[in-house]
Amino acid sequence: MSRLMIEASTALCLLQDAGRFGVRHLGVTQGGAADWRSMSWANWLLGNGLDASVIEITLGGFTVVAEDDCVLALAGADLGAQVDGEALAPWRSFRLHKGQRLQFTRPLLGARAYLAAPGGFDAPKVLGSSATVVREELGGLDGMGHALGKGASLSYSGNSLVLLRELPGQWVPDFTGEPLLDLVLGAQIGEFGGQSLFDAFNSVWSIDSRADRMGIRLLGAALQYQGQPMISEGIPLGAVQVPPDGQPIVLLNDRQTIGGYPRLGALTPLALARLAQCLPGAKVRLRPVVQEMAHREQVEYLQRFTHR
Amino acid sequence: MKLRVEVVALDCLMVRLFDEIAETNMPWMLAASESLRAAFAGHLIDLVPSYTTLMVHYDLNALSPAQARELIALALIDLSPNARTRGTCHVLPVWYDLSVGPELSLLSQRSGLAVEEVIRRHCEREYQVFALGFAPGFAFMGLVEEVLAAPRLNTPRKKVAAGSVGIAERQTAAYPVVSPGGWNLIGRTPTKLFDRNRDGYSLMQPGDTVRFEAVGHAEFINLGGDDTPLEAQA
Repeated sequence: MSRLMIEASTALCLLQDAGRFGVRHLGVTQGGAADWRSMSWANWLLGNGLDASVIEITLGGFTVVAEDDCVLALAGADLGAQVDGEALAPWRSFRLHKGQRLQFTRPLLGARAYLAAPGGFDAPKVLGSSATVVREELGGLDGMGHALGKGASLSYSGNSLVLLRELPGQWVPDFTGEPLLDLVLGAQIGEFGGQSLFDAFNSVWSIDSRADRMGIRLLGAALQYQGQPMISEGIPLGAVQVPPDGQPIVLLNDRQTIGGYPRLGALTPLALARLAQCLPGAKVRLRPVVQEMAHREQVEYLQRFTHR
Repeated sequence: MKLRVEVVALDCLMVRLFDEIAETNMPWMLAASESLRAAFAGHLIDLVPSYTTLMVHYDLNALSPAQARELIALALIDLSPNARTRGTCHVLPVWYDLSVGPELSLLSQRSGLAVEEVIRRHCEREYQVFALGFAPGFAFMGLVEEVLAAPRLNTPRKKVAAGSVGIAERQTAAYPVVSPGGWNLIGRTPTKLFDRNRDGYSLMQPGDTVRFEAVGHAEFINLGGDDTPLEAQA
């Protein structure tokens, strides 16, 4: 077993995995890494199962010291990571020698970084997952939903790969620019007025500072729903709901399980992964797609992870 | 019943069975749940029931949207409610008292009924669990008598004690854990509603029924209840 000691952390540094499934009918949220794609690549770099427990570091402020020589992997945002003061770029596995310090300073590109360890970080599975959901007091190192705290010790038990590797350049997700986010059109799409539909897909949306693991609010034109009030129903990951103020909210991993606001539809998993890397103030656009096409694209993307 | 299947996400379909909230929906909803679980088997990731709908989240690696629609159609083609799909009936002991249920007086004023009568009527009906949501194990139940109905509080409380029993419109519920909440509180149950170590985790499951039973302070404490007044916990 190898250990890392947490020297600095924030309320936004959480143990995560792919999330909690098979319990949503009990009101238990999904949880899990907000950027599933980066989490998967971090695990892939070490030959782990793609859903092994990782550390999700949002914005920075996280420091660990190695208590043993180890090989770790980093994917997702560039949060100005440094090993003993030397810059460490994401999308690679790397060595950390006993006594070396890995520090995440500030967001340079993207919002969330994922740190993986061989075999995944050790944590109890609560309702089938180690995903930390603070609100529900589930998951994390102690199983009680706490964020990672200073002084806590991270351990893992897997064997380190001897070879270090990098994600091929053409596969590194692009976190620059103004992303175009694919949205699978939902059942209430026809209940929005013509002008609202035009605005939804032709205007630029700005990421609000009201953004957390439950949802990200988009600021822009006010969208008008003209249908009947809705009865609460199940909410999928990435649902884009429109409350009465007309400003859409994209619902993420820690969303409530049912809700009654009308929806434009839901972002595709790839669009959601990209959105999870946007900082407040960033600009995004929405593009309508149909379910079958989005499904084919996702299945095709997942093929990449089968390369070993 | 007018069954529709709607797109909600890349790997989720909404099965819409009804347009109104009604207790008579429940046998059909339960039968449909059972049928869908059997049809999707290992390819089902989550099935999220609500008042009138069932959201099917399936494994996108195993099924295309068209295949998922086909499975839904097959599962629901000969749907009929039966005795087999009736839920469990739970009896929840409740200590109805102003110190833990401050809106007892509001409900009494609104209805023109004495507090004792409000309590008696809340205990009288057997309620359906329509859906779980808001928090793990939080069951939306109904319908309460029209005369007991009351809108949510204008300003939700920041902290509602675990076990608190409340009313919002014609629904009633009990808070499994401490959380913010805007329901009209009328009492508190000592029963643990969500337990990670219990088989099935949540005491109540969609489709179950619930009766509330008024208990005195001594019995409430005996059953493990915490009688800390609401204000003291705020």
